[in-house]
Amino acid sequence: MPDQLLFAMEVTLNGLMAGVLYSLVALGFVLIFKASGIFNYAQGVMALFAAMTLVGIQKGQVPFAHLINALLGTEVHHFGWHVPSILAILLTAGVMVVFAWIVERVVLKHLVNQPDIILFMATIGLAYFMEGFGDLMWGADIKKLDVGLPQGINIAIDDTTFGWFGYGFFIDNLDIVATVIAILLVISLTVFSQYSKQGRALRAVADDHQAALSVGISLRFIWVLVWSIAGFVALVAGIMWGAKSGVQFSLSLIALKALPVLMLGGFTSIPGAIIGGLIIGVGEKLFEFAIGPLVGGATENWFAYVLALIFLVFRPQGLFGEKIIERV
Amino acid sequence: MIYREAGEYKTSYDADSRTFPIKFDRMGYYTAMAVAFLVVPFIINDYWASAVAVPFLIYVIAALGLNILTGFAGQVSLGTGGFMAVGAYACYKLMTGFPEVSIFFHVLIAGGVTAIVGVLFGLPSLRIKGFYLAVATLAAQFFLVWLFNKVPWFYNHSASGQINAPERTVFGIAVTGPNTDAWAKYLFCLIFVVVLAWIARNLTRGSVGRKWMAIRDMDIAAEIIGVNPLMAKLTAFAVSSFFVGVAGALFFSVYLGAVEVGEAFGIQKSFLVLFMIIIGGLGSIFGAFAGAAFMVLLPVLLKNILVGGLGWPTDLAAHLEFMIVGGLIVAFLIVEPHGLAQLWRLAKEKLRLWPFPH
Repeated sequence: MPDQLLFAMEVTLNGLMAGVLYSLVALGFVLIFKASGIFNYAQGVMALFAAMTLVGIQKGQVPFAHLINALLGTEVHHFGWHVPSILAILLTAGVMVVFAWIVERVVLKHLVNQPDIILFMATIGLAYFMEGFGDLMWGADIKKLDVGLPQGINIAIDDTTFGWFGYGFFIDNLDIVATVIAILLVISLTVFSQYSKQGRALRAVADDHQAALSVGISLRFIWVLVWSIAGFVALVAGIMWGAKSGVQFSLSLIALKALPVLMLGGFTSIPGAIIGGLIIGVGEKLFEFAIGPLVGGATENWFAYVLALIFLVFRPQGLFGEKIIERV
Repeated sequence: MIYREAGEYKTSYDADSRTFPIKFDRMGYYTAMAVAFLVVPFIINDYWASAVAVPFLIYVIAALGLNILTGFAGQVSLGTGGFMAVGAYACYKLMTGFPEVSIFFHVLIAGGVTAIVGVLFGLPSLRIKGFYLAVATLAAQFFLVWLFNKVPWFYNHSASGQINAPERTVFGIAVTGPNTDAWAKYLFCLIFVVVLAWIARNLTRGSVGRKWMAIRDMDIAAEIIGVNPLMAKLTAFAVSSFFVGVAGALFFSVYLGAVEVGEAFGIQKSFLVLFMIIIGGLGSIFGAFAGAAFMVLLPVLLKNILVGGLGWPTDLAAHLEFMIVGGLIVAFLIVEPHGLAQLWRLAKEKLRLWPFPH
């Protein structure tokens, strides 16, 4: 086989893996949008915050150390213990639940029945707040996240493909783990929403707020629930991205990567988020591979958006979005 | 007691439909103009010009532009930063390509170029609505910034990839370049602000503005009563982009002088301008001024208090600033979703009845 084709195949595989990571973030968006009609811009910052909290708890950092030192003139930074990864992940999940509860209490409760744009703005405000809060709590330096996930080139795939084509594909172990986890996550979310009592309530709310209220479903509980789940999804995304490229500010920008995925897949569809992610992941990697060198590279920044834009002109509700019916 | 409409008799339609129907408002407006043109230029110094006055004026233009698109025509845009970049680079190419033409025209033509680009990116708005459109405008943001970074023609093949404003004069007085006086920058921007705000105000209350508002309130209904959605949406994109382009041109040439596109016109800028119109009030000209003032003054104030007043380290202050800005935005939306302009309206209502509220 010609080299170019092999490279393209490798790029496609890597694109699929990257797409899974985009899907993970997009999933959080879809969950909240379905249940409450809120376009949650803070999802990316939630992932960053979750990852920071995880690292902070793991390493035993003192929260707000900088602030305490500046105010009291002390020199605290670490408690001096190390929390095992599993425990730290559970604790962080707990933090995200508390966060969801606070958001519902402080923000969402007061913004019921406001226009969508106002709610969207509120989540941008929330994103700013959390960005500052996270940095203040755990420090703004780049952190290394290590929860024991395998990393580096997958030898087995490298060897097998070398045996087949005479050229070994480079696939990162972490990407494979991420794919497996994403699949598990989607399956468990589907099972949860199909078969559990809360899951059914969730779908009822997504379908019609007022009808759900009238049969006795607590809207506020559902919101806390769905923000907690979104927080948990953000934690998973944060772990994956954080393990890949370190926990730093740019992690919050993955939200921007997930937006075209959402547009492509439709704001209201979980399978849409997955398939949209895969299309975007493969598309942008292949485009960068084929066209990138001709136009100076870094096309990944905008390709996904332009692809989604062109796509939407032909299908305004995205691939799997609910058909938009407009009435006067 | 002073602020009231009792006793003001209007004898013509002109008098009835003027922008400031109440005498007290009119006096306030004339006073503000007099202070802005006759007092401030004489007392302004470099710090106030570069930290407060000039960015405020430029952001007012950008906020006016976005407010026309989002507040009046109801099309949410997150591409403001990208369109500002178009204005800046168009202005730069014109300044270096035609040095003999006055910078005044360069800025205006830069606005015109941005208007064309804006219409191009506005075309999908006919099919795509709501949040889908908001995200679609991000395509403009990222694509334009990438374009100005990657195509050397836009930055005249300079080694650093930056664009630098050469010195240009109006009536023999430098308004761009390193040797510009604070008052010259200020006045140059002020003239644009006054003229553009006047245009915006009169456009939005005329037939064009009513079409925009009809589209915003319900586009299908507007179409049925005879508003052409194509024309209404595209004019909104064109006018809005013109304003934003002028703001971008001034931001680059007068305010910053040297620009690296990703840094100066990144997505943060889009959000900043969006915050201004949300906090100021959607669909209000006064709101653009109030919002721009708020978002320009707040960081300066916080920095002065936290770093200057309390002596905290700058990185801590920066984190706190993020928290306070974010928190304030959320608080604002909860307390008054219609922004500062609505507060001002309420205050005026109260003032009319004061001191006898019953």
